[in-house]
Amino acid sequence: MSDAAFDHTDVVPGKWRPVAEESRTTRIVLIAIALGGLALLVLAPLAVVFAEALAKGAWAAVKSLGSRDARSAIQLTLLVAAISVPVNAVFGIAAAWVITKFDFKGKAFLITLIDLPFSVSPVVAGLALVLLFGTNSLIGGWLVASGFPIIFALPGIVLASIFVTFPFVARELIPVMIEQGRAEEEAALTLGASGWRVFRTVTLPNIKWALLYGVLLCNARAMGEFGAVAVVSGKIRGQTATMPITIEMLYNEYLSVAAFSMAAVLALLALITLALKTALEWRHADQLAATRRH
Amino acid sequence: MHIEIDEIAKQFGSTTALHPVSLPIPSGALVALLGPSGSGKTTLLRILGGLEFPSSGRVLFDGKDATGLSVQERQAGFVFQSYALFRHMTVFENIAYGLRARPRRNRPPEAEIQRRVTKLLELIQLPQIAKRFPNQLSGGQRQRVALARALAIEPRMLLLDEPFGALDARVRKELRQGLRDIHDNTGLTTVFVTHDQDEAMELADLVVVMSMGKIEQVGRPQDIRARPATPFVREFIDA
Repeated sequence: MSDAAFDHTDVVPGKWRPVAEESRTTRIVLIAIALGGLALLVLAPLAVVFAEALAKGAWAAVKSLGSRDARSAIQLTLLVAAISVPVNAVFGIAAAWVITKFDFKGKAFLITLIDLPFSVSPVVAGLALVLLFGTNSLIGGWLVASGFPIIFALPGIVLASIFVTFPFVARELIPVMIEQGRAEEEAALTLGASGWRVFRTVTLPNIKWALLYGVLLCNARAMGEFGAVAVVSGKIRGQTATMPITIEMLYNEYLSVAAFSMAAVLALLALITLALKTALEWRHADQLAATRRH
Repeated sequence: MHIEIDEIAKQFGSTTALHPVSLPIPSGALVALLGPSGSGKTTLLRILGGLEFPSSGRVLFDGKDATGLSVQERQAGFVFQSYALFRHMTVFENIAYGLRARPRRNRPPEAEIQRRVTKLLELIQLPQIAKRFPNQLSGGQRQRVALARALAIEPRMLLLDEPFGALDARVRKELRQGLRDIHDNTGLTTVFVTHDQDEAMELADLVVVMSMGKIEQVGRPQDIRARPATPFVREFIDA
């Protein structure tokens, strides 16, 4: 390069901004688009839900939630989430572990399989469960005869929720575990730690934030799942109707306060998990920074 | 501890990482495995540490067959290329890890762990960094912490994979002497992998030149310099 290239005499100081930075106008426009979209698509619907729920006063909303069917729906949804989230956390960790720590034939196929619930419509998944475990199927007939029905009962709803939420945990963990590699685990092994101890003291602490995100997403989806559960549950009021299904039924019956009150509770549950996540992040900020790549 | 590598070979699928190689490593020696990338030196080191198992051949520790020993049973202090410090633990907890991982009956009491970690921090001349996290350390400090962590388990041998690879030239020179001192003080049989012939020649008692999964020459640094056995060795140490 010649010296002329470094001749800065005609550069006006202060007029230059970093190359990767946009101009002021562009920045303002971009931020406005982002905030506007967020307000229109996320905040406004959320506000409407709460407004509709409280349209006839807080008392009417609370009373509608106190009914037997409403309480049953809330309990059922929480129960389904309480079963399917831990199951998927364990499945997700196992799948991510196998995929990132070992090389084997059929790995690509397994990854595709994990993604399947994302690409298959939940309604199709629900129908598949009905065909597999319904009264008219071989397994289903036997299960019903043995007094353990799956379809139109809790096990079916749990299976459908597990299927639909299966990818969340694994999808969060796989990139993190690939990025972190095997070196720390190998180091722990050379220091005499058993496989289980390595998992507990090295692997798990390193993936715990990704795991938390995965679990929160999984939980939100498990509580909110409609399509697959609608097919397998049979929508029996007070028995197999989860919160989203109850909301739909109430709405179809023009019981808008009851419908939106329950919708508000569902939204509130999601907001609580979000707040929980933020609080944890805030409390462990230094640790979070330390577990990032050094 | 005397290490005997007896006709060790390693295949990864259809690629051969190591042709059968044999090498005696005398007790207390400081040995360099020297070669370009892909020469099989790291594979050989990992086989010694039990992180990889040979396709054929045996490893003997003090005359006893150790081929089937698990990585935990090898009791090898292993220093990894990018140190692999546990990023969520303080320096203290990193060094104490191996002691805490012992089965309860062999685990030293907490006061003893404290004492040993403190002593190791003094040995690596970093007594004040116990409470820091790995991402708050310089490259040279990380390397020394990794060394202390490996020494904490009172290993039977010390294995180091490119221990100076990630450091700048000045720190590298300084830490070479550090490793030499630790080796001389502990008397541990030490094997390190390097692609840097200066490093191998300056530091090691015995240099093993490797290429394409084979051992080209074994000898004292001055002998290899004076009488390279093959054209490859001549070219490699001239470079």
